[in-house]
Amino acid sequence: MRPVKTIFLAAILVIAQNGYINAQCKAFAKRDCLPELANYTHDGNYHAAILVEGEEAELYKTFYSDMDYRVAIVGEDKLPAIEFRILDANKNVLYSNKEKDFAKTWDFKLQASQQLKLVIRVSSFNQPGAVPASGCVAIMFGFKLKK
Amino acid sequence: MDRKFSIGLFSIVLLLVTVLFTGCKGGKKEPQEEMEVDIKDKVAILQDIEQAERIFQALPSPLESAMLIKSAGARFEEKLLNPVSNANNYVTNKAMALNLGIYTCDLSFASLYEQTQLLIDYMNAAKKMADGLGILKAIEQQDIDRLEENINNSEVIMDIVSQTFMNSSSYLEDNDQPATAAIVLVGGWIEGLYISTQLVDMDDFKGNKLVSKIIDQKLSIDILLNLLNSNKGNPAVDALMGQVAKLKNVFDKIRLDTSPVRPEFDQASKTTVLKSEVKTDMTPEVFMELSKTVTEIRNSFVI
Repeated sequence: MRPVKTIFLAAILVIAQNGYINAQCKAFAKRDCLPELANYTHDGNYHAAILVEGEEAELYKTFYSDMDYRVAIVGEDKLPAIEFRILDANKNVLYSNKEKDFAKTWDFKLQASQQLKLVIRVSSFNQPGAVPASGCVAIMFGFKLKK
Repeated sequence: MDRKFSIGLFSIVLLLVTVLFTGCKGGKKEPQEEMEVDIKDKVAILQDIEQAERIFQALPSPLESAMLIKSAGARFEEKLLNPVSNANNYVTNKAMALNLGIYTCDLSFASLYEQTQLLIDYMNAAKKMADGLGILKAIEQQDIDRLEENINNSEVIMDIVSQTFMNSSSYLEDNDQPATAAIVLVGGWIEGLYISTQLVDMDDFKGNKLVSKIIDQKLSIDILLNLLNSNKGNPAVDALMGQVAKLKNVFDKIRLDTSPVRPEFDQASKTTVLKSEVKTDMTPEVFMELSKTVTEIRNSFVI
C-alpha cells in the first residue's frame, strides 16, 4: 500500500503545484502584459509559459493586411531580459528587440497578409554555478483596423 | 475518524501548504547562495532546456476572424449565425468546445455590427457552453450586466468579448486541457470562414475584398493542422484532423505567392510597415468547392 500512497501523494502535489504556477502565470499575463497593448484591442488569445533562463519558444501566427498590430512580450521581474525576433517565411529577421533595448512591444502593419514566426528567448544572467532563473513569459497580440 | 487516515490527511495538507508557500516567492530575485549546483548539473539542465523548446500555434481568435469579415466591408446576416436555441443540443465536451468557439465568433460578429440584443443572447449561449465545460468564471453574470450597461460603447464591448474569451482559453490551458482549447479555436475559425464564404456575392467575385480575406486563410491552415497535431491521440481531435485535412486539400488548389518582406519604419505613425507583394489566384470553381467543404464541416459542428 505504501508505494500506492506515495504515488498518490506525489500526483496530488504535482497537480497542485502546476495549477498554482499556471494560475500565477495567468494573473501575471493579465496584470503586466495586457496593459502593454494600450489602445489596441486584445485578440483574446492567451499564450504564456514558464520559461527558464536560456530557453527559447516559438510562435506561428498569420497577420492580416487590414490590421494594425501590436505584439507585447513580457517576462517576470525575476527573469533576465526577454529577447524576441520576428521572422518571415524565408527566415529573414524583420525585427529584433535586442537592437531596441529589449523593448516589450512592437507595432507593425502589413502590405500583404503573412504568416510570421516569433522567436522568444530568455537571455542569461551568466552566473556560473547558479540554478537557472525561471518565470512566466506572456505573449499577447492587439489589433485595430487600419486607418 | 480513522487515525491512519487523519495522519495521512494531515501529511497531505502540510505538504500542500509547504508547496504553496515555497511557490509564493515571486517578485525580485532572491540571493542565490543556498541554491548553488555544480557546473556539470547546470550544463545538463541547460541541455534539457535546449531540447524542451516550446512552440505555440496561434490561430486567429474568433474576435479577429469577425473583425476580418467586417474589414472586408461585408454585410451582417443573422441567418448565418448558429441559432442560440441550438445551445441545448450540445452535451458532449467536443460539441460544447466547438460551439463555444462558434458562439464567440457569432457574438463578436454581432457586436461589430452593433446588434445589441443578439450580442447578449449569444453571450448567454457562449456562457452556457463554457459552464458546460466546467470553465469557472469564464463568463459571469456581471460580464453580461456590464455588456447591457455599455451596449452603445463598442470599445467596452470588445474588451468584454476579448476578456471572456481569454478567460476560457487560459482556464483550459492552465488546467491541462489544451486539446479542448484547440477545439474551441477550431470552432471559431471554421465559423468565421463559413460566414465569409456565405457572404461572397458570386456576381462580384473578381477583385472582391472578402474573397481575398478567404484566400488569406490559406496561411492559417497549416497552423490549424499543427495545433491539432500537437493534441493528436485525443479522439475528438483525431476526428477533426480528418475534416481539416479535406479543407487543406481544397486550399492547396489556391495560389498564394508572396514576395520577400521588406520592413520600413514609418516615422509619422511610429510603426513598421512590412512591405511585400502578393499574387493570388482562386477560380470560382475552387471557391465553390471550398464553400461546400466548409459548410459541410460547420454543419457537422452545429447539428
